Amino acid sequence: MSEENRTPILEVTDLGIDFGGLTAVNNLDLTIYENETVGLIGPNGAGKTTVFNLLTKVYEPTRGEIWLCGENTHKMTTVQVNKAGIARTFQNIRLFMNLSVLDNVKTGMHNEHSYSVADAILRLPKYKKEEAEIDEKARELLKIFGLEDKAEYIAGSLPYGEQRRLEIARALATSPKLLLLDEPAAGMNPQETEELMDMIRKIRDQFHIAILLIEHDMKLVMGICERITVLNYGAMLATGTPEEIQANPQVIKAYLGE
Amino acid sequence: MKEKLAQMFQSKNRSRTLSFGLVIIAYIVLEVLLLTGNLSSLFTSLLVPVCCYIVAAIGLNLNVGISGELNLGQGGFMSVGAFVAVCVSGVLSYSIPSPIIRLIASILCGAIAAGVIGALIGIPVLKLQGDYLAIVTLAFGQIIKSIINNLYIGYDKNGFQMSFVENKLALAEGGKALLSGPMGATGTDRIATFTFGVILVLLSLLIVYNLMYSRNGRAIMAARDNRIAAESVGINVANTKMLAFVTSAMLAGAAGALYALNYATLAPSKFDFNLSILILVYVVLGGLGNMTGTIIATTVLVLLPELLRSLQDYRMLIYAIILIVIMLVTNNEFLKEKFSKLRLGKKGAMK
Repeated sequence: MSEENRTPILEVTDLGIDFGGLTAVNNLDLTIYENETVGLIGPNGAGKTTVFNLLTKVYEPTRGEIWLCGENTHKMTTVQVNKAGIARTFQNIRLFMNLSVLDNVKTGMHNEHSYSVADAILRLPKYKKEEAEIDEKARELLKIFGLEDKAEYIAGSLPYGEQRRLEIARALATSPKLLLLDEPAAGMNPQETEELMDMIRKIRDQFHIAILLIEHDMKLVMGICERITVLNYGAMLATGTPEEIQANPQVIKAYLGE
Repeated sequence: MKEKLAQMFQSKNRSRTLSFGLVIIAYIVLEVLLLTGNLSSLFTSLLVPVCCYIVAAIGLNLNVGISGELNLGQGGFMSVGAFVAVCVSGVLSYSIPSPIIRLIASILCGAIAAGVIGALIGIPVLKLQGDYLAIVTLAFGQIIKSIINNLYIGYDKNGFQMSFVENKLALAEGGKALLSGPMGATGTDRIATFTFGVILVLLSLLIVYNLMYSRNGRAIMAARDNRIAAESVGINVANTKMLAFVTSAMLAGAAGALYALNYATLAPSKFDFNLSILILVYVVLGGLGNMTGTIIATTVLVLLPELLRSLQDYRMLIYAIILIVIMLVTNNEFLKEKFSKLRLGKKGAMK
């Protein structure tokens, strides 16, 4: 397989977390290579979002290790994980609702620039130069997501589908190596989902990043993912190509019952 | 030039232009009235205090409105700034005759002292989520008042003398008691001027606006709107909240310093819990995150009790009723809609 020659962005071994007596995720192994789209699927309550929260250190894993670009993340905080290259979106949209669309994206570039508070308060040349760069890059990103006309709108006033797109734009603004998308197509109609698929492919190739996505829309998952991992009751049920997963009797059983 | 002028009135810069314009116009009008002798002595005596309250309120609005953390100890930070400034001014009066340099140095020291104490409070508290900052600043305001109430500081040619609870100062000839317990500061040189007060207001506006429209400002507002999302894009929430809180404390310190240097005597009890709440009322009534509103609300609410003085005992009753009416009116959906129509071209861009 050609995969063996590619560099892994993310390597997860034996990951698990317990909440008191409840084991939410157990024995998860996951490897994601450069420029690859991987799907994470499973019935409701299987622990998919919990995996995202473990990867981004919102939760501290009880067991197992997460290696990001060859670096162990066990001592990192959410902020450091983002700086190291993981960006995410949320199942329930979490935008900065009172900021403008443009400012939401600019917020994502917080760590890319280094001008200090003094530079900002005194409006020194460094502030002006870097703010101009931020502005230009943020508007470019908005253009990719078709939001350039709404740059000055407050984020909370956008319709649902555009809020989802803005959240992806904000995540991309942090220049990640790995993008985690939590149900990006939730609440979208078939045509919007179609557009979203094209967009995900486009950003993967244009930004040359890996994508891990949680999604219930099987058409989308089977359409763009190169590999799929199935979770059930927090444990890994199967992993493989879309064809293998579709044919796997255990997966069918988990989704449809006996 | 024309481009620059157009830029000043763009949606994002409009509130900034409005605030600065308002302060400068008010200053010119008041100066003219002062010079022509058309301002009553009551108003004249309120000019510097109004500037102080505005600076403290702008600072508090940065913390409450922009950063979203409740602070019930703004009076305490003013108190720190005030009494540090009194001491600095008293000591410098021997070596620096120029009042303006002494004023600047005193205010700077007051602001820095308040900022340092703000940082000490913020380091443990701002790591927590919830209303802890409100609780701790509330306690801080009370504690600092009690401390200064029992503090005696004197200065003579041998240096500083300090005692706590009892007055044990034994000052040499030519020495000066800077703080004397519950009496507070006495015999302070009244070096504060209205012009400098206005400069301080403009400076604090400049600091707050320039901070708001920078990466740090965006991070502060992002952390307010959604803490989890802010962390997910790499923003250190505790640090950004700290920046807002310390800046707010420093502005309060500067305000307190200017206030103290406007009076010959100043008791520590002046900076009590009531004052902290009063400044919070200015901020809430002026609008969270709205600096122009804060300036107007502060001016009106400082002057109102004085204007109502002729009503004697009924004056606080009427003051309270006016406050309630303003709150009801400004939260009225119908009026809000009317007002939003006035702001054409904003496209709902900024709050």
